[in-house]
Amino acid sequence: MNMQTADQTLDEILNLAAAHFKVPRAKLSPDEDFFKALGIDSLQTLDLLTRLENHFHVELPDYELQGVSDFRTLAGKIQARL
Amino acid sequence: MALTKGWGVRQFKGQALSWQVESGVIELALHRNPCNELGSLSLVELEQFASALDDLETESHALIVYSQLKSGFCAGADLRELYERSLTMEKSQAVVGVRDFLERIHRVLNRIDASALTTIAAIHGVTFGGGFELALVCDLIIADKMARFCFPELRLGLIPGFGGIPRLKRDLGNAVVRDLLLTGRSFNTTKAQQIGLVSQVVGEGEALRAARATAVQIGKFDRQTAVAAKDFIKPIPHEELRREIDIFCELFSRPAVQSGLKKFVESTDAQPYLP
Repeated sequence: MNMQTADQTLDEILNLAAAHFKVPRAKLSPDEDFFKALGIDSLQTLDLLTRLENHFHVELPDYELQGVSDFRTLAGKIQARL
Repeated sequence: MALTKGWGVRQFKGQALSWQVESGVIELALHRNPCNELGSLSLVELEQFASALDDLETESHALIVYSQLKSGFCAGADLRELYERSLTMEKSQAVVGVRDFLERIHRVLNRIDASALTTIAAIHGVTFGGGFELALVCDLIIADKMARFCFPELRLGLIPGFGGIPRLKRDLGNAVVRDLLLTGRSFNTTKAQQIGLVSQVVGEGEALRAARATAVQIGKFDRQTAVAAKDFIKPIPHEELRREIDIFCELFSRPAVQSGLKKFVESTDAQPYLP
């Protein structure tokens, strides 16, 4: 049974994004636009999506993420599939 | 054209791709920035490779197709070139040009698909559209865990045009084809292995190494037996491939496609592949 909380999921996303895209963790906030915060293009967005799927062992159809641009909403989408 | 004829076309270095032979293994490397988009230049060099295969097959047992670019295996057809060329000509002319391009690339891909060699696609990163279709002509797909596959064509008002649907249908179940085609969603290596598309999943950046190790193993088998086995189990779906070209050309003549291409080419969105 999965006991991971939404806050834990959010925290793991922020840690993963900061580590991979080499952005100080302290500079990332949950409600920030992650495209701008990470400075990522379309190919890097796919890279992030794949890393998140691999990390959380979930499938995230990209149409479900259409319009999602902040970490908190992204965490909610992932949490719903855990 | 840097084609070395003296060794039976054993080496080539082009602008979009290169190949070389080492210990009976041909390595076909893609290296056209930004992500090996398949346009007219790539097609010409792929045709040169297909021509060279007649000689190469006599001294080789395996072919590995891989990308030298960090961005991925191949992002598919060069949509920018397709869009810009279609702007410069009448619609009927554009459809004729598209049909000619498709027929030429089908000849190349059918040649590789039916090759006497055992063929391996070593995949990482973006493997979309025509890139996915290039991988599908290979006998085996070895992918690292960061690979991502997709047929985004429906988002442009098109279907895959390089043989993707018939080959995916040949290799996997029809329901899987419908899912990937009709949703246009991208999926990762784990999913690709679950549905039987990918034969080996390896760590990030390890696909080429694993493909080389597999090619060495393949070299231990009697070639005549391997060719007979492949010929038996991997028929080329010629009729469906022909039909695919017809459907693509019918769809391409619609205004919706032009606007879809325009939107894609002019997009500054981080997710331009989404409708």
